[in-house]
Amino acid sequence: MIPGKHSIAIAASILALSATAASAADVELNVVSWGGAYTRSQLNAYQKPYMAEHPEVQLNSVDYSGGLAEVRAQSEAGNVTWDLVDTLLADAITGCDEGLFMPIDVDTDLDPAPDGTPASEDFLEGTLLSECFIPQIIYSTAFAYRTDAFQNGEQPSTMADVFDLEKFPGKRTLQKSPINNLEWALIADGVPVDEVYDVLDTPEGKDRAFAKLDSIKGDVIWWTEGAVPAQLLADGEVVFGTGYNGRLFAAIEEEGQPLAMIWDGQAMDIDGWAIPADGSNIEEVKKFLRFATDTQRLADQAKWISYGPARKSSLPLVDKHAELGIDMGPHMPTRYADQGFLIDFEWWADNKDAMNERFNSWLARS
Amino acid sequence: MATAPADTVMRTVDGTPLKVSLRRAMRRRKLAALGLVMPLFVFILFSFILPIADMLFRSVENPQVVTIMPETTAALQGWDGNEVPDEAVFAALVADLVAGSESREIGKVATRLNYEISGMRGLIMKSARRADRLEAPYREALIDLDKDWNDISVWKLIQREGAPFTASYYLSAIDMRYDDSGEIAAQPTDRQIYVTLFLRTLWISLLITFMTLLLGFPVAYLLATLPLKYSNLLMIMVLLPFWTSLLVRTTSWIAMLQQQGVLNDLLVWSGLVSDDGRLELMHNQTGTVVAMTHILLPFMVLPLYSVMRTISPSFMRAAQSLGAPRFLAFWRVYAPLTLPGVGAGAILVFILAIGYYITPALVGGTSGQLISNFIAYHMQSSLNWGLAAALGSILLSCVLLLYYIYNRIVGIENMKLG
Repeated sequence: MIPGKHSIAIAASILALSATAASAADVELNVVSWGGAYTRSQLNAYQKPYMAEHPEVQLNSVDYSGGLAEVRAQSEAGNVTWDLVDTLLADAITGCDEGLFMPIDVDTDLDPAPDGTPASEDFLEGTLLSECFIPQIIYSTAFAYRTDAFQNGEQPSTMADVFDLEKFPGKRTLQKSPINNLEWALIADGVPVDEVYDVLDTPEGKDRAFAKLDSIKGDVIWWTEGAVPAQLLADGEVVFGTGYNGRLFAAIEEEGQPLAMIWDGQAMDIDGWAIPADGSNIEEVKKFLRFATDTQRLADQAKWISYGPARKSSLPLVDKHAELGIDMGPHMPTRYADQGFLIDFEWWADNKDAMNERFNSWLARS
Repeated sequence: MATAPADTVMRTVDGTPLKVSLRRAMRRRKLAALGLVMPLFVFILFSFILPIADMLFRSVENPQVVTIMPETTAALQGWDGNEVPDEAVFAALVADLVAGSESREIGKVATRLNYEISGMRGLIMKSARRADRLEAPYREALIDLDKDWNDISVWKLIQREGAPFTASYYLSAIDMRYDDSGEIAAQPTDRQIYVTLFLRTLWISLLITFMTLLLGFPVAYLLATLPLKYSNLLMIMVLLPFWTSLLVRTTSWIAMLQQQGVLNDLLVWSGLVSDDGRLELMHNQTGTVVAMTHILLPFMVLPLYSVMRTISPSFMRAAQSLGAPRFLAFWRVYAPLTLPGVGAGAILVFILAIGYYITPALVGGTSGQLISNFIAYHMQSSLNWGLAAALGSILLSCVLLLYYIYNRIVGIENMKLG
């Protein structure tokens, strides 16, 4: 009987411990994001100040690698433990269609701009594309090149240069996905940026894009993890590489790699918040969401990472990098918006299944 | 003569018949054994058998259309498929679309149908958004909204996928599909991929099994025959990588094999290749085979070692003393005795290799990807869990089939793991 008494005593003390832990924070929210430097920028700009203001709330940070797999699995199991998810617009649209995320009323659930402009007008045009999605940052996928690779002669500056193996020989690294690559192939082939999706919508346009990609296929290393392209560029394995502009910024400015950006043809995408439906703390989540998406907070995030805030009123507030002291303005993709395009999510939502199959099949044929 | 039967029965001290007492003791033992096995059995049931059953079920289940669009499915039952359906079917569709967008579930139908025909998602979502504002006659209204509703193949698709079970995931998994008229046909060549991948997975797994045997056999032989102080050191060298994280080992191979990596630097430094002619050792099949051979090597060495240690050196000496040359003695006497270890190592390495996915994803480029990479892709990225389940089920049946053949040829009772 002695061991039994022991274990009861231990259980009781564990219960007592967890009770004190629970009383320190009345509400616990699981905030899910991409990890690494990105989560750090969010912790600094959103979570830390919020928890300082609201000591009763404990915000836990959970890392994931994107996609809807976990959200859908939690929803199917009827056990939703994620309260707020940082997601790509494309996934938010799919998740919203399938009822995995809940609709958010932008004007009642979020704060207006400091001058009183309602939130629905303060977010950049074309970013409020799903009723379940609150935009947070504009990032872009763009090319960077090694500045020491082409010593005699000119440096590349356009998308056509990236696809020009004669003038700029060497390996390239591209993301292993048809998204962006098909658009870039057409831009390099001479299609104006604003007509890309019209051309891509035709069978001839798709063939043309794949034909152009074919011309560099032998010199491409395909990446899937966001950290890889900067590494390949730093190692000198490739001379061109596509990457998320924040990662490339870190390689260029923080690590001092001999790289330079090509903003021409940059593919802009939106990242933001979505609330999983059937969560248990919806009201508390909305309070945090209201705080984290106001004008000043969005501008604060840009101090920590080179992604552009999604509110117009935040843009003038973007300041210097909190640690490096560099002016962050010139590193915001939004500054070069006219040289690139915004990914057409509707087109991709309709065509991604067929295009992925064709792309994967194209890759497998060598 | 009339001896009481009771006297012939053997009894224990307390008087119960021995048979009964023995049975009782056996029952108690069986219960104890069952109790000991129970945790493992429950664990296997929940972590292995049920998930596999769930996977098999998911590869054919097709609940989206039939549960979210019940009226349309019912109305299409009697449709002959020769021309665009009549007003009643369109009215049922509009009712389903309205209900589906209220319950926020219509997107599941849209996603499901888009797997079969590109653009179905857009068609369903657009129609669902405007369905509550449509007025009768619905047929004209819907065709006016989008002319695709005038396309028979769209209706055939909805009718076909209105069944609660479907074969279309399996068809996709073997590069087949239903064509516009509903017949089973091959995928267009520019979309075929999975058959090639299955064959490649089998081929690479066999190659890796062979390579680990080739490299592992001499190591195991040395381990088993060297004096203890050397063999212990060698054993540590085999086990140390085995205890190192998989990702660390894979990443080290990246540093070794890449074009600006250690191996290429050495080759250039020694003058064997020129600086422009650096070898491509990764981001292709070579990378996958090299890295996976290294990572799976201990699974071959350890069973081989445990079998070789039991082979007495006197067998070889006996063979040689009877006049066999050293090699013949090895080949005719020693090698056959190692077969149980070879069998165990080969099946371990092969079955691990056929389901591997982290290493090929990191070093395999495009030509070194295996079928598991695509199963993971459909689980995590495309969210086409039905197709992932179908691919997984086919892979499982391949393994079971190969295991059956293996058992017929080698015999599983000849396998020895330790």
